[in-house]
Amino acid sequence: MSHDPGIFRRLVRLTLVTCTRGLVQAVVSVAGLLLFFAALLSLLSLATGIGILLVPMSLLAVRRLASTQRRWAREWSRVTIATPYRPRPVEITNGLIGRLQRCKWLLTDPATWRDLLWTLVGVPVSVVLGLLPVFMLVVGVWTVVADLGAWFFGLWSTAPPGFWGQVFFLGLLLLVPTTGPLLLRVHAWAASSLLAPTREAMTAQVGQLAESRSQAVDASAAELRRIERDLHDGAQARLVSLGMNIGFAEQVLRDNPDLALNLLAEARASSGQALTELRTLVRGIHPPVLAERGLDGAVQALTLSLPLPVDLHIELPGRASAPVESAVYFAIAEALANLIKHSGANRAWVQVEYHSGKLVAIVGDNGTGGASLRPGGGLRGVERRLAAFDGVLALTSPVGGPTVVTMELPCELSLART
Amino acid sequence: MRVVLGEDLTLLRDGLIRLLTAYDMDVVAAVDNGPELLTALVTHRPDVAVVDVRLPPSFTDEGLKAAIEARAQVPGLPVLVLSQHVEPLYARELLSAARGGLGYLLKDRVSDVRRFIEAVRTVAGGGTAMDPEVVAQLLARHARDEPLSRLTPREREVLALMAEGRANAGIAARLVVTESAVNKHIGNIFTKLDLYPDEDGNRRVLAVLAYLNA
Repeated sequence: MSHDPGIFRRLVRLTLVTCTRGLVQAVVSVAGLLLFFAALLSLLSLATGIGILLVPMSLLAVRRLASTQRRWAREWSRVTIATPYRPRPVEITNGLIGRLQRCKWLLTDPATWRDLLWTLVGVPVSVVLGLLPVFMLVVGVWTVVADLGAWFFGLWSTAPPGFWGQVFFLGLLLLVPTTGPLLLRVHAWAASSLLAPTREAMTAQVGQLAESRSQAVDASAAELRRIERDLHDGAQARLVSLGMNIGFAEQVLRDNPDLALNLLAEARASSGQALTELRTLVRGIHPPVLAERGLDGAVQALTLSLPLPVDLHIELPGRASAPVESAVYFAIAEALANLIKHSGANRAWVQVEYHSGKLVAIVGDNGTGGASLRPGGGLRGVERRLAAFDGVLALTSPVGGPTVVTMELPCELSLART
Repeated sequence: MRVVLGEDLTLLRDGLIRLLTAYDMDVVAAVDNGPELLTALVTHRPDVAVVDVRLPPSFTDEGLKAAIEARAQVPGLPVLVLSQHVEPLYARELLSAARGGLGYLLKDRVSDVRRFIEAVRTVAGGGTAMDPEVVAQLLARHARDEPLSRLTPREREVLALMAEGRANAGIAARLVVTESAVNKHIGNIFTKLDLYPDEDGNRRVLAVLAYLNA
């Protein structure tokens, strides 16, 4: 039997929670003013060059504040404010160039400026709407305490407020649990006017999704075409030749048994080759070991067939969905194939982990580096495939090595099957 | 008998050359792409061409296109088209230039060596050799058409065999009936389909195919 805390206790709790939230909001937004000025200063310092270091730091801090307020809007008032930021460009490198890229990414995103604006104009909104319930609570409580005291001790310390005054202040107190959440919600709506993505940003995002989708469709159509070609020129052709040899042998068996024997031997070889080709093809479509053992086992099996030692570190608390597993498997396979072909490495490592909703696969080597995402290249294809799952690929490969390919893919894991 | 062969997969090309040579045919040219095939067909003017539908450089229907083009340049050039799969659309395109022997067979049919050689000879002699698969697809397309639905099951069997290009004797042997019984069925079919009964065997086949293709 569940325990009902009673209407009174629930009202008290709601009052206290609401007031705390209002207070937190007011204090945080005032503190946010510091961030606003820090960001302003960092932008000004761009003129001296130090800004390149400071701008990303301060703007990302503003972003974090805005994200916190978005979260509060969702958790406290059930007002969902979508995240408006443009995706982090994949090709951010290390060093000075990387800093510049980061600055450009942040400064060209309109959402950055809207966040900053909210950090300033949101302050009065948060202070007024946040402190109003606190104010109502304090006034109400003070009245009750003072009046109760007067009634109890039979003396007035101050001039008594009129009867209607008492009713008014008491009413304020009772209003806190009802209007307080409403005020929080009004605050959330006000915040969403600046913190939510603009219509243009939404349209741009839809465009981006459409593009990555059509790229994925292209990639899979090309893949189907490859499979059809492999079947047509491989196994199917071998089976035709097999049939032809057997049929021919049948015809000449009586008159020319030697020829018939040769033909049959050829037929047997042909059937073996057809099977080999089918196996290779099947492995290229969906490796059986991936179906049987999941990503962990499949990547292990993959590295076993490579001509160089590979350090494996795979830590997955469960299994991703089949399409995700397959995409990640082929991404790793492609990265490894690339590595074998071009890097000249004598050692490689693969790391697969899952944290905060993302499957992260990293393939690295000690080779000569200098790899690039050139159009039509294997890694570009991997990037396209991952894009279908909102995944990204980052490549760092300075000349002289080492090369590291990082792939990230948001997904959910199901509990490990045993 | 002089043959030009167009097949890009070495394995099959060599097998076919060996097979055709063993049956006293002379493979005067064996090429592995569309443009060379067209040149070979036009210069050699063989007694029969054996052609794979899909050839380089485009790996689409280069072989078919070369065969159709060659038949436009050399009217009546007999062509036997082989393919991994059959497509009624291709059959229709081939039949549109109906002069001269014509065959369209699944590659699988080469395993029945005797019948394959027979088909090559039929086509070389100006006859028709349609794969049962093509005929079945054509018939399926017409399954609910009014005149065809009036045929008896036996008459439909005869029609299918006729469309494959078999002569009356062959049909009779296949269905284990007398040739005169086959003749009677064919007469009925032509009446029911409003076709003009023709004495010439292959023109009759072509009439049936044209009917099915319409």
